[in-house]
Amino acid sequence: MSPAVFQLASISAKFNYWIYIILMMIGLFAMIAKNNLIKKLIGMTIFQTAIILFYVSIGVKEGATIPIIEYETLKEYNSQKTGYGAKPDIEPQDYDNPLPHVLMLTAIVVGVSTLGLALAIAQRVFDQFGSLEEDEILEELTHPKPAKEPANG
Amino acid sequence: MESLESTLPLLACLVPLLAVPAIAAIGERSPNVREGVTVLAGIVTLTLVVTMLKTVIDGHLLRFTFIEVLPGVAIEFRVDGLGILFALVASSLWILTSIYTAGYMRGTHEANQTRFFSFFAVSIAATLGVAFSGNLFTLYLFYEILSLSTWPLVTHHGDKEARGGGRTYLTYLMGTSIGFALPAMIYTYIKSGGSLDFTAAGVLGQSLTGMEASVLLLLFVFGFSKAGVMPFHSWLPGAMVAPTPVSALLHAVAVVKVGVFCIVRVFTGVFGIDLLSELDAATAVSWVAGTTVILSSLIAMSQDNLKRRLAFSTIGQLSYIVLGVSLLSAHAVQGSMMHIAMHAFGKITLFFCAGAIFVASGKKYVSQLGGLGKAMPITMGAFAIGAMSVTGVPPTGGLLSKFYLVWGAADAGQFALLAIYLVSSVLNGVYFFPIVYAAFFHPAPEGDPPVKGIREAPFACVFPLFLTALASVLLFFFPGLLLDLTRLIAGAG
Amino acid sequence: MAEHAPVLIVLSPLLGAILVMLTVRLGSVAAWVIALVATATSASAAIATLGRVLQAPEGVIRYQLGGWAPPMGIEYRVDAINSLVTIAIAIVGFLSILYTRSCATIETPSKQPQFYALLLLLMAGLSGVTLTNDAFNLYVLIEICSLTSYGLIAMGTRRAVLASFNYVIIGTIGASFYLLGVGYLYIKTGSLNMEDIRGMIAANETLAASATIEVAFVLMMLGVWMKMALFPLHGWLPNAYAYSPTGTSAFMAPMVTKVMVYVMVRVMLGVFGVDYVFGSNWANVASVLATIAIVAGSVFALSRRDIRRMLGYLIVAEVGYMVGGAWTATQAGMTGAIYHILSDAAMTFCLFLAVGIIIHRTGRHRLDAFDGLFQKMPLTMTLFVIGGLSMIGLPPTCGFISKWYLVQGGIEAGQWHFVVALLISSLVNAILFFRIFERAFFRDIEFESLETHHDPEKAATVLKKVPLSMFIAAAIAAASLFVIGIFNHNLTTWIRAALVNLNL
Repeated sequence: MSPAVFQLASISAKFNYWIYIILMMIGLFAMIAKNNLIKKLIGMTIFQTAIILFYVSIGVKEGATIPIIEYETLKEYNSQKTGYGAKPDIEPQDYDNPLPHVLMLTAIVVGVSTLGLALAIAQRVFDQFGSLEEDEILEELTHPKPAKEPANG
Repeated sequence: MESLESTLPLLACLVPLLAVPAIAAIGERSPNVREGVTVLAGIVTLTLVVTMLKTVIDGHLLRFTFIEVLPGVAIEFRVDGLGILFALVASSLWILTSIYTAGYMRGTHEANQTRFFSFFAVSIAATLGVAFSGNLFTLYLFYEILSLSTWPLVTHHGDKEARGGGRTYLTYLMGTSIGFALPAMIYTYIKSGGSLDFTAAGVLGQSLTGMEASVLLLLFVFGFSKAGVMPFHSWLPGAMVAPTPVSALLHAVAVVKVGVFCIVRVFTGVFGIDLLSELDAATAVSWVAGTTVILSSLIAMSQDNLKRRLAFSTIGQLSYIVLGVSLLSAHAVQGSMMHIAMHAFGKITLFFCAGAIFVASGKKYVSQLGGLGKAMPITMGAFAIGAMSVTGVPPTGGLLSKFYLVWGAADAGQFALLAIYLVSSVLNGVYFFPIVYAAFFHPAPEGDPPVKGIREAPFACVFPLFLTALASVLLFFFPGLLLDLTRLIAGAG
Repeated sequence: MAEHAPVLIVLSPLLGAILVMLTVRLGSVAAWVIALVATATSASAAIATLGRVLQAPEGVIRYQLGGWAPPMGIEYRVDAINSLVTIAIAIVGFLSILYTRSCATIETPSKQPQFYALLLLLMAGLSGVTLTNDAFNLYVLIEICSLTSYGLIAMGTRRAVLASFNYVIIGTIGASFYLLGVGYLYIKTGSLNMEDIRGMIAANETLAASATIEVAFVLMMLGVWMKMALFPLHGWLPNAYAYSPTGTSAFMAPMVTKVMVYVMVRVMLGVFGVDYVFGSNWANVASVLATIAIVAGSVFALSRRDIRRMLGYLIVAEVGYMVGGAWTATQAGMTGAIYHILSDAAMTFCLFLAVGIIIHRTGRHRLDAFDGLFQKMPLTMTLFVIGGLSMIGLPPTCGFISKWYLVQGGIEAGQWHFVVALLISSLVNAILFFRIFERAFFRDIEFESLETHHDPEKAATVLKKVPLSMFIAAAIAAASLFVIGIFNHNLTTWIRAALVNLNL
């Protein structure tokens, strides 16, 4: 294998990391560089989703299936287990690791509530300053307009 | 030396503090009662100190441990010869200064007198705390309390000049104590393996190299900048914006002497004289102090403002003491300790005189003092005695301490430093005696308000300065107590 | 009952918050009383826990939530250090709720129950963060703290909303970094229990040397540093504390950054272990960062005119104290850092409470609020002075003691830059506070403007006199500075014993 191919192979073998890092950087860029507050929040969501994808991807095993044991298999397992020396049919490597997925359920809830709160705050920012563009808000802060029109109408 | 548990040192510190609420409560409603309380507190404090004095002369130590704050370091009181000597000077002069203050403040119609007396009492409590400190931590604690409690006194007038003086005051004192003394103390703590106690042998043992010891010592000397060793001396002339009683007690006795007291403690208690001479670590301090002595005397000659001249004189005299301990010979150390007391009485007399002159005539400048001796014979007579004592002319106490200092310098074989003592004594004479001469033998300068209308300041001002001048003379004839006490620490035969 | 005390520390404010929201109709007084009771319960549970911890063998007690055994179940690990932190949280919480009663009627008149509910939730989150022994649970609790603080800050004045929004952005990035770090740790160790992970890293050299663990460590540190506002990640803090309601800043300023510092210490000692952390190349980086934080925070504070912004920058400097102390890799420095968590909480609390009173009484929030205050409000001003002196680090206040340990740690570790930064910061604090004392002492007060506000709208927002509840809270905080300072010996002994238990 030539070095170039080797590198390519090692990159593609860990493609899940590359995807999450690229997504995360897109999100981070939007959060820091975008002028519009809503776009910042979109960036935030992408950022969080990237991490969720990362967690989900680390639970995956090659050739494994979702970590749900079918009823039939379980019945068989239970009957076999009683017998001496019987080899259970359920192997951990046949199933994806469920724990990261469970963790991500919590993280998704956290992400959603953060987003909800952030949107509410963004709405109040709009009420107060009549704009969602960061530079306009800062301008308004340093040189407040003499008579502010009621925001939102 | 046997050590006894006793709450007396704690009580002595608490009495002035307890007077504070009383002073504040009485306030302006009855100034006489307020000042009465101050004097009463002073008398009680002095009584306590004298009670302890007997035990200490018998060769005992008094100890009181309050609470362990850091591992191996407690807030602790310990009374030995040096501490009791300093406490005796401070508490006796507090009574006199209180009387003097009453006369001065009323004579010049100062505002906020209650605040003044309250903080004054706190300052005395802190000074006694320094005197009775049993370890470096407690010393530092009271040192800082003293810096803070004297700040409102220095800035008493509240005008722009006073605030500027106060700012300089705090910047120098706190800057150096936090910047130099605190790290030096922590370094000492680490090197000594967790002890900051004062013992004759020191706590540092063999843990330092000569270089480290020199640097550490310099950090302490500069860190306790109340001692006014150059280049950290500018706060002292700046603080002269304060009312004269403050300058008198605090900047001739309490504050500055606390500075040198701390340095003496560091030399004799933390490092130990033997260790320092073994490492030859004090030479740098000697030369810094020696330079300060000469320079400040030269600057003092050029000052026309009387209080500023006294301030620079103080800087020089303080460095006598620092120089004395840094010579590391028993006689010089004893001389240093004696000089703490001798100079206190001499210099407070001079400040009292300066204040009395200001109250009586409104004069602040040396060039205006011609012919004043006829109008204010007692004041100017006391001024002459004070000047003699500070210069070291018999029959005043200043001669004795200077004698010991010079003797010590000869013991140490430091003839260059011995010459500094002699030269600066001459300079002291040069900047003091023309004032006395002019006051008695010159006519009043022309264009000034005539001297005729001027009489002595109020009795409350003149009486204390008469007593302190008398004390300066008496100390020459009866120095026994002083010699005994200082010998206890210095270990001289 | 007593064995359930650790969970009660977290549960009582949590249940209190729910109860407050259920009884919104009963009005603000009921909410206030519920909040007080909940925090008092939490405080007593915390004290009881400390009592048990001190008697426990090895000074550690464990509590398995729901009886599920680790590493699957979530476990609380309580030692002397975190039980002290929970006591601080509960007491600061109790006093701030006591304090807030009067100013909440001015600042958030229509949302008082909501305010108390959020404050209680924040307390629950902070105590949980302190106690938990599960790396992922820690993330969730951090986010609970963050979400409630976003809300609490946004309740403030106009600019508070914007400050809150910025905090959302930075806070989310910080928490996400932490989460990512936990992910990497999980990949390598397959466990989320902190002690479990530490055991694996300590036992397995190849694991300790792997790049994955290093990445995890750096990510978690970055995340925690963002949340604690370590310079230059501090941007959100000063504005957030300056524009939020006084009750909010009084509770958040002392506790939130401090608890995050504790989280850092916990991650360092509890997850990665002493050998790994101090053997890594990052110790020097962190120590230099801390030094820069101290100097920069102090310098920025000097140039601020708004009182609470100024204090905010001081907190940035104080965070540098603790981070630097923790990274000296010495027992003295770590003791100083942990002791400073408590002492800095107390002094920041004291200062913010005193400043809150002054802001509400004078109607001003810039330094000119202090003009002539020694005559007008001598008692409140005394409390402020005590706080300031402790911040400068004068004995016998607790600020001195923590500085002592930090400097001692710095000298022992040979990190002279840290020592010098500490001293410089003390000096800057001295300038900063004496500048204010001088104003309060000498400037002539405009009595008229304090008494009668020509602007009726403004007059409604100014307290006619200092309410007793506010003053008591501030006075207790000020007294605690001396108590913690003079009687620190017990505290530091307990902390040191707990550190020995963590191999330091």
